[in-house]
Amino acid sequence: MFNQADITAFLITLKLATVTVAILLVIGAPLAWWLARSQWRYKFLLEAFIALPLVLPPTVIGFYLLLAFSPAGAVGSVMQFLGVQPLAFTFTGLVIGSVIYSMPFVVQPLQNSFSAVSNRQLEVAATLGAGPKDRFFSIALPLARPGFITAAVLGFAHTIGEFGVVLMIGGNIPGKTQVASIAIYDHVESLEYANAHWLAGFLLFLSFVMLIVVYGLNRQTSVLRT
Amino acid sequence: MTINAQFNIQQGGFELEFDLTMLGVGTTAIFGASGSGKTTLLRAIAGLDHHMGASLIVAGEVWQQDNEFLPPHLRSIGYVFQEASLFAHMTVQQNLDYAWRRANKDGPPISVARAVDLLELAPLLNEQPTTLSGGERQRVAIARALCTRPKLLLMDEPLTGLDNAAKARLLPLIDSTLRKLKIPCLYVSHSIDEVSQLADNIILLEAGKVVQQGDMQYMLTRLDLPLAQHEGAESIVPATVIEYDEHYKLSYLDSDMGRFTMARKVDHSDSEGQESIEGKEVRIRILARDVSLTLNSQKDTSILNIFPATVSQLQPYGESQVTVKLLLNKTPLLARITVKSADLLKLKVGQQLYAQAKTVSLY
Repeated sequence: MFNQADITAFLITLKLATVTVAILLVIGAPLAWWLARSQWRYKFLLEAFIALPLVLPPTVIGFYLLLAFSPAGAVGSVMQFLGVQPLAFTFTGLVIGSVIYSMPFVVQPLQNSFSAVSNRQLEVAATLGAGPKDRFFSIALPLARPGFITAAVLGFAHTIGEFGVVLMIGGNIPGKTQVASIAIYDHVESLEYANAHWLAGFLLFLSFVMLIVVYGLNRQTSVLRT
Repeated sequence: MTINAQFNIQQGGFELEFDLTMLGVGTTAIFGASGSGKTTLLRAIAGLDHHMGASLIVAGEVWQQDNEFLPPHLRSIGYVFQEASLFAHMTVQQNLDYAWRRANKDGPPISVARAVDLLELAPLLNEQPTTLSGGERQRVAIARALCTRPKLLLMDEPLTGLDNAAKARLLPLIDSTLRKLKIPCLYVSHSIDEVSQLADNIILLEAGKVVQQGDMQYMLTRLDLPLAQHEGAESIVPATVIEYDEHYKLSYLDSDMGRFTMARKVDHSDSEGQESIEGKEVRIRILARDVSLTLNSQKDTSILNIFPATVSQLQPYGESQVTVKLLLNKTPLLARITVKSADLLKLKVGQQLYAQAKTVSLY
């Protein structure tokens, strides 16, 4: 069965994934909208940068973030100067790392579904008196709803599945920055296979259910099938 | 209201030069073949495309000039696109409400209920756009454009893509709606039928240039313009309903040309609140091929509409026919007859004769 530490690790994981997805949807939606509509010629540079976590080993991202967050690092020294606690080995640090690491999983489905919103519908809205912000909220968002569900679930699932980034910048502090994936690793290391089984099995089940939800809701659309 | 428009648009190999003052009264048709720049012009007027160096002043309000550019959502327009572009995530009612919530507060007093009534949408309000026929969707799109309470209505070939039955139903509905609301309208079309039914004025565009503009009645009968060189060439005569003959079921109408007799009752379904049809102003439509010419006034004929006329111009049409422009008390009327008949009658400009209209209909 789950021991108390496992439950804590699992709750931290859920909290991390929830906060990360909430932040990603808020910043990812306008970013994805801009990426979908902009004609800027160097847009591809930004797209490539956002997609980096898809190919980079998580430890590489974790390593650079750790350097940036350390009191001597770029972000860390500014934070220290402002009298804020360093971010390394904190929950906030984990959130920042997860936001960067899961960004492509949220931004790309959103961008795809925003691209599918026809220009004509937006033009119609403009002639009906809707300004740019109004058009975004009244036309683009509702029409892109399948993309939002996909983005939220993928972002959530991917954050739960994180290992390298959270290990590097979180430091595996039980009750503070220890997440479920690291707890499993610890159990295996200490040959507690029963505990590892419970946690691993539960994560497997949860991830599968989430993907069923995504594919089930998007049966008609092809957000995930491109 | 006046519209001062000056556009010099270059797109790929296409060039549109437009410099015109339009009287924003009634319906003005922008007529031309496809590729003549009609839609480009309409989009520029709506502000959907931003072209540099253009100037557009509508009813004294600057919509575009030098560096000023009023975005489309701030222009008091209604725009009906070629294909109905209803919001698929809303019902018909919600589509209308969307426009109504964003309506011009100082525009003409149109309500959702009135738009629903004019375009006969009451049974459709709870439908989803995907369940509607093409004609129904376009009716909703027009009602939705009206719900913004526009000072200027822009319509881009709203009947394109509809079958003939749907067109025949929608055209009179558009006509009566525009006439009742008296909203100035720019109507883009390449169909003579639509234009001659709807328009009071017409602007002829050819390869991005304005060829002619003017009153519909005179433009239709100008032999140097493409309208009269068309199979369905026709004339329009404004007339007033005098009375209805219950015995013969005939309507009598007065015009500058004289008295018309028409085998139908003038319907007053569209003369709102007006009990009597007498005095109602209508437009009589006479197809050129329905007009025949005789040198003497025929007494023993079944034709009721016979008017003295003067030949003003002749132009060959195809190999065997000729289009004759007649003046009847300064009112122009076209007749299309065979070359053989023209030779037999020895037709020449200035000749006095009689024009007989076998069929006249109403717009």
